[in-house]
Amino acid sequence: MATLILIVLLPFLSAPIIALLAGWDRRAAPWAAGITTLSALVLLGILVSNVDLSTPQVIQFAWIPQIGLDFAFRLDGLSILFSGLIMLIGLLIIVYARYYLSPQDHPGRFFSGLMLFMGAMLGIALSENLIQLVVFWELTSLSSFLLISFWQHRKEARQGARMALAVTGMGGLALLGGVLLLGHVVGSYNLSVVLGAGETVRASPLYLPILLLILLGAFTKSAQFPFHFWLPNAMAAPTPVSAYLHSATMVKAGIFLLARLFPVLSGTDAWLFLVGGAGLITFLLGAYTALFKHDLKGLLAYSTISHLGLITLLFGFGTPLAAVAGIFHLINHATFKASLFMVAGIIDHETGTRDMRRLGGLARKMPHTAALAIVAAAAMAGVPLLNGFLSKEMFFSEALDVAPDFGSAWLLPLLVTLGGVLSVAYSIRFVHDTFFGTPDPDLPQEIHEPPRMMRVPVDILVVVCLAVGIFPALLISGLLNFAAGAVLNAPAPHFSLALWHGFKLPLLMSAIALGGGVLVYTLRRPLTRFHEHGIGRLNAKKLYDMLMQSLQLAARTVTRAFDQGRLHGMTLWTLITALIAGGLGFISYHAPLFGPEQHAPAFDVITATGMLVMMAAALAAVWMHPRRLLALLPMGVVGLGVALLFVRYSAPDLALTQLSVEVITVVLMLLALRYLPAHSTIEARPRRYRDALIALLSGVGATILTYAVMSRDYENIAGYFLAKSLTEGGGHNVVNVILVDFRGYDTFGEISVLALAALGVFALLQNLRLPQGTPGPGSRSAAHPLLFQTLSHLLLPLTLVFGLYILLRGHNAPGGGFIAGLIVASALITQYLAHGIRHTENQLLIPTHGAIGLGLLLALGTGLAAIGAGYPFLTSTFGHWQIPFLGNLELASAMVFDLGVFLVVLGASVLMLVQMAHLGTVPPDKPAAPEGGVS
Amino acid sequence: MSLLFALLVGTLTATGVFLTLRAQTFPVVLGLTLLSYAVNLFLFGMGRLASNAAAVLGAQTQYADPLPQALVLTAIVIAFAMTAFVIVLALKTRAELGNDHVDGTTDDAQKDDSSQ
Repeated sequence: MATLILIVLLPFLSAPIIALLAGWDRRAAPWAAGITTLSALVLLGILVSNVDLSTPQVIQFAWIPQIGLDFAFRLDGLSILFSGLIMLIGLLIIVYARYYLSPQDHPGRFFSGLMLFMGAMLGIALSENLIQLVVFWELTSLSSFLLISFWQHRKEARQGARMALAVTGMGGLALLGGVLLLGHVVGSYNLSVVLGAGETVRASPLYLPILLLILLGAFTKSAQFPFHFWLPNAMAAPTPVSAYLHSATMVKAGIFLLARLFPVLSGTDAWLFLVGGAGLITFLLGAYTALFKHDLKGLLAYSTISHLGLITLLFGFGTPLAAVAGIFHLINHATFKASLFMVAGIIDHETGTRDMRRLGGLARKMPHTAALAIVAAAAMAGVPLLNGFLSKEMFFSEALDVAPDFGSAWLLPLLVTLGGVLSVAYSIRFVHDTFFGTPDPDLPQEIHEPPRMMRVPVDILVVVCLAVGIFPALLISGLLNFAAGAVLNAPAPHFSLALWHGFKLPLLMSAIALGGGVLVYTLRRPLTRFHEHGIGRLNAKKLYDMLMQSLQLAARTVTRAFDQGRLHGMTLWTLITALIAGGLGFISYHAPLFGPEQHAPAFDVITATGMLVMMAAALAAVWMHPRRLLALLPMGVVGLGVALLFVRYSAPDLALTQLSVEVITVVLMLLALRYLPAHSTIEARPRRYRDALIALLSGVGATILTYAVMSRDYENIAGYFLAKSLTEGGGHNVVNVILVDFRGYDTFGEISVLALAALGVFALLQNLRLPQGTPGPGSRSAAHPLLFQTLSHLLLPLTLVFGLYILLRGHNAPGGGFIAGLIVASALITQYLAHGIRHTENQLLIPTHGAIGLGLLLALGTGLAAIGAGYPFLTSTFGHWQIPFLGNLELASAMVFDLGVFLVVLGASVLMLVQMAHLGTVPPDKPAAPEGGVS
Repeated sequence: MSLLFALLVGTLTATGVFLTLRAQTFPVVLGLTLLSYAVNLFLFGMGRLASNAAAVLGAQTQYADPLPQALVLTAIVIAFAMTAFVIVLALKTRAELGNDHVDGTTDDAQKDDSSQ
């Protein structure tokens, strides 16, 4: 049974190989596709002959058991029939396509797409698990999108593909919903369970939603009214694709689903009216429209829609015999319609047109093809001695049986006979307008039969049509019985397949259909005129386009309402939303907002003064912000104040970090100010007042929130880190141990972000030409003070050693990679400031990119080493070593990680600053632009 | 003391928000810096304010909560990286568009000017 999985996977596995082979030799692609299909077919044959199929066989593995998703396949009559059909017709299509594709077409793309599609179809046919079936279902939509749009340079191919994807994709989504509901009601997603739970499902209050959603999936896929319009538009695909997807297989997936779930969902009034109604309308509408199409493929597309409607109608009847007839017609339609599509392709290939108004008289030039077309079209029309006749007779007879359910005993038989009449008429038209009559004089004179191998697939299919039509009991009865048993999940009813059942009503209906068809065809000219002035003007595609356009318009309107492409508006919306959400939170909270403030530190005047100074400085920064350079002063006060607060409240690591960052940030801002206007514009008063109001509300909210948290009881997980820091992390400085050990993963992410930011800065500043701004401190023209130069020389080694010291002690005392990196970076930056960028770069070359890369590698290596030793990523270890002169040294592997952090921080900071400083050394090659927006 | 601390966070938030809503790039950078101060202090405050209790084992018996400190430490560095990146974006805007308006156009500013 494991072979079954191989059968489904083979086409998927072959797809990339085919794509590769085609690049090597274009003739290899069809061969590889053919061999794949043939092997899968042989495997299926071997499997079927070796397995006891009196009951359905299932192979399953748990995939995500929590949501009921199994990787499960099923072998029973229906799945064998359907997968056999997919592979057999697929094989013929591959042979045909080998000769159809022109040298400009990419065979790798075509045949690997075809294989992907075949794999997805086999997945649908053989799935036991319903969710898995939906996955394959979506895969057919995607792969058919690739195939329909194969000629990407054609606009109608792209549009047709997009429309098919939109409609079938939407249906797939509905199907997923239906399947989930179904599984919820049944308690399992596996068909073996679901098929036995029909009574439960039909009694469930969720039955109607389930039915609607699943039918939405089936109807979109099988092009049932009102979703039929995508199929004619998908005819922009290459003809082998149309023959395969849009006649034999993909559109049958919807029918397959109806058949698969027939025992579960059928047998209710809702089923009868929904499925039967859609089927009947589609049957008639398709047949009627087909009559008036001038394009050969257009006629075949609508005739396919009509036949799909017929099969759907049969399943809609809900009786076991109707289901048998449905399966039978499904097989027959696949054979005659695929051959007719291939004939259309041959005609297009040889004459360069598919327009029946221009074609004619081809019977003399390609007699063999004409003979094939006549037989296949006769099968489509339901002429005796051909397979189409038998299934159509069964259809008429079933329609007579269930007619009373449709209101009156004569209405349904009348309508289906009318459908039969139209079918005969368009079948005659297909043959007569193409192979007889007079051709358009523009048509090329040198028309001959296609290459022999292009005709062979059609030969085979037509022989099947004839053989089944003449010896039905011998050839098809057993298979039909087997498949029908699987569809019904019960023994198949008795049916007899024979040419002659005696003079009964169905035979009369067939005769009327044939006679009426001839009559309608002779009246085609007045009928066409009538059609083109009436119903013909209705166009589902226009409706669809309008729908899509209005959807896009609605989406654009909503987006535009919020996103006007302005930062100010976006920020405002975000803030207002946050304020409303926060305000609602405060309002709906009923317990007292503030706690007893048990953990508050004692009031001391110095700290309080410091905080007040910081507040004043922040307000001053706002006040002074139009004068940009000046505004940096109060900003510095706030930053230093934050650092001091960290010192005051027991966070030495934070204070050190804040202090170093502050230094570097100020240098950055000063550098930037050289190229930006020195002043900011002041906006209009209403805007400032509105912004001030928002700012005030945000501030009040932040204050309340902060005080509410800080005044309450305090529970934390600090105890864990404090207790484990020494024993498990090997360090006394808990903050550092958390960074490099407990939360090492986070830190790894953060240094990656830092590295990315630095590289982003590097990339943005490449080849940037800025108009020279106001010459400020540090620009080339400014002199480098001697005292500063001398001092910086002295300071450099000291700072470097200090940085190293901070790095090494970080695990046990305040310090660590972040801080050391920033300190060393500021030491180097001091050099740049004192000596100018050119001079410093000549003196010491710092490989900043290398430092970033090496740092990331070190950090990653520490983590991987832990994996290598069998521990989770970034687990650290530590030990004590006796080292001569230095004494007892405690070393942790996390220190290597910290070294990585150090290198990244150092490299990133220096890279950013040096890049900014370099800007000044690029000679401006254009005169400074006038200052925009400076008041 | 907590109340004063909360007021400080509030003030920094308010000033930060106001500057972030300005129409030119440099004030926005300043505003983001102030906002990051506010957020860092807020996070730090979640571990409560403790005196003489640095989380270095062996120095004393009472320790401040090390977790918010570790979070804030990385937040400071990330905020620095972000500030640097935004500053460079501002420079790039200036170079490409010839002005330092956040939306790359001075229409808004001109409109505001005329209505003033």
